[in-house]
Amino acid sequence: MATTFNQNDDSVVVIIGSGAGGGTLGNELAQKGINVVVLEAGERHEYDDFVNDEWASFTQLAWKDPRTTSGSWRVSKDFPTLPAWIVKAVGGSTTHWAGASLRFQDHEFKTATVYGRIPGANLLDWPVTLAELEPYYARAEEKMGVTRTGGRPGLPGNNNFKIMKAGADKLGYKECHTGNMAINSVERDNRNSCQQTGFCFQGCKWGAKWSTLYTEIPKGEATGKMEVRPQSQVARIEHDASGKVTGVIYFDKDGREQRQKARVVAIAGNSIESPRLLLNSASSKFPDGLANSSGQVGRNYMRHMTGSVYAIFDKPVHMYRGTTMAGIIRDEGRHDPGRGFVGGYEMETLSLGLPFIVAFLNPGAWGREFTSAIDLYSNMAGMWLVGEDMPQETNRITLSNVKDQYGLPVADVHFDDHPNDIAMRSHAYKQGAAIYDAVGATRTFPTPPYPSTHNLGTNRMSANPRDGVVNKWGQTHDIKNLFVSDGSQFTSGGAENPTLTIVTLAIRQAEYIADQMKMKAI
Amino acid sequence: MSSDHGRHANQERAVSRRTFLRRSSEISFAAAVTITAGGAVLNAAEAWALDVKALQPQTMKTLILVARDIYPHDKVPDRYYAIAMKSYDEKAASDPATKAQIESFIAGLDAAAGKGGYAGLGWESERVALLRAVGTSPFFETIRSGLLVSLYNQQEVWPIFGYEGESYSKGGYIKRGFDDVDWI
Repeated sequence: MATTFNQNDDSVVVIIGSGAGGGTLGNELAQKGINVVVLEAGERHEYDDFVNDEWASFTQLAWKDPRTTSGSWRVSKDFPTLPAWIVKAVGGSTTHWAGASLRFQDHEFKTATVYGRIPGANLLDWPVTLAELEPYYARAEEKMGVTRTGGRPGLPGNNNFKIMKAGADKLGYKECHTGNMAINSVERDNRNSCQQTGFCFQGCKWGAKWSTLYTEIPKGEATGKMEVRPQSQVARIEHDASGKVTGVIYFDKDGREQRQKARVVAIAGNSIESPRLLLNSASSKFPDGLANSSGQVGRNYMRHMTGSVYAIFDKPVHMYRGTTMAGIIRDEGRHDPGRGFVGGYEMETLSLGLPFIVAFLNPGAWGREFTSAIDLYSNMAGMWLVGEDMPQETNRITLSNVKDQYGLPVADVHFDDHPNDIAMRSHAYKQGAAIYDAVGATRTFPTPPYPSTHNLGTNRMSANPRDGVVNKWGQTHDIKNLFVSDGSQFTSGGAENPTLTIVTLAIRQAEYIADQMKMKAI
Repeated sequence: MSSDHGRHANQERAVSRRTFLRRSSEISFAAAVTITAGGAVLNAAEAWALDVKALQPQTMKTLILVARDIYPHDKVPDRYYAIAMKSYDEKAASDPATKAQIESFIAGLDAAAGKGGYAGLGWESERVALLRAVGTSPFFETIRSGLLVSLYNQQEVWPIFGYEGESYSKGGYIKRGFDDVDWI
């Protein structure tokens, strides 16, 4: 029987969210002997409950509670109530992620310095450097079993990768391989190796892909120091007269209001829910929301420059067989303003099953231009383009007029592409198509962005409290015992998939929280 | 149709005994699709019939053709388009406003098509031109976006596109061709 903690126990650390940030932080603290209560809005589905069916899995795992959108981004037009494709379940979006685990590059921590002044961009250097994070990156890679790090072998390449690699070679790209993936290439950590099943986005039924659901969480629970409470939707964070946080109010599975007292609160609900919670926690002492003296809570929302290129060949590919993200080209990840934009982008194979390719290939399209592409689904290859987007103050999470099932204002996600994002996407589409054309594609498709999976930056780190929400430890500038532990801490987005960096920051943050607690500073 | 009542009635009975389509999961249009005296949409060649409860049978017949014109796949039989559109009859049965909206949408297409109506236009391009003209209407968008799930999420159509679906129970593709491309 797992440990349970009393709701009036004000000695516990309360973590909101059980994904890459929250799940990792919880286990790390528990391993240090600190009592932790993880409140997770979603249900607990163990990995054998996952389903190899795109819509059924979406229904099982995705965050489907209402959200609203605004701004000129195409997602707002195509998917007005679904700004993000992320998860509401124990394990958070680590159940859904593809597994790409790339370290940020040195310059990506110093964008204001390296990129200079970019009109409309709210660039800021991180208060941490790559050098400071390297030991923690290594620990994260070890924890997650990242391939091609620590002597671990790479995964074998599937058909989708073989097409990409042949095209990359023709174009003269130098760094193309099957990725640094948090997917077991060999049995490890009491988990299976990858069986090339596909359906990585639907939750790995083999447990071969790292997810907090079946790594950090059970390990934390095994210490007797960590309780995960599913179906617990946090409504607001409470504080005392001094401004210190004292606990949280949440709705349990039956919709009843509950209070969990806390010594420390860490928010890891992702870059949409975390700022929403801070804003919904406004009080007479903090009328603009908690930790918002800078006015930056919810601002600088980033979602990565994204897009996809799909291509049709005259022979079969069966891109859906095997790992969804089966390979990468890193050559365009560099910062080279000679291409007409700052920052860089990664090219990563990606496949969608038939139900999702029709929804995402070109939303809104119909007629034979569209269906003749689908008719050749089995001859299709695909890649995802993911690059650094510019932080903009006006891209932000605000409270919507729409309310959720608990009567709480939902998040509105406002986004406009920056001209740099558009220039980068245009370059990436051209290169993606060139890769496939080089190996005989008969048609290529510049597929627009999907609902966001990489949500970043809305509670950003800053050296100066005027410029951001949290310090280099993810501790809010305004409230010492309130932390942010997810991708909303990111000062800038980098070109790389963010999970590895979220886990890295959580490992480091756990050390800081434990030290601060020991010193009675919090 | 009137001179063929007896024959259609017989066909309907024969079809009913075999594969009368009751649920969307069980539930194909072309010259083979006719409307029976009993008000069902019948495809004798594919041996299925769709019992229409609330909509005019001709409306359902046209609606199925509209579905194919929106997402035309020549290898996909009519039955899957019929399954995809069956829910509109169910919605029409429970909601008079929906029923009126569907009838009016199809009546509009028929009026725009002139004599013989929408289904009487012989070329897909002629019909598609009419759909483009109404392509921004909310009801067209409801039909189009609904088809993405109601048509393409039928597991029975996946093999037509070469999509193999669930793979975990077969041990994934590690021994079943994940890297079998040999032409590159």
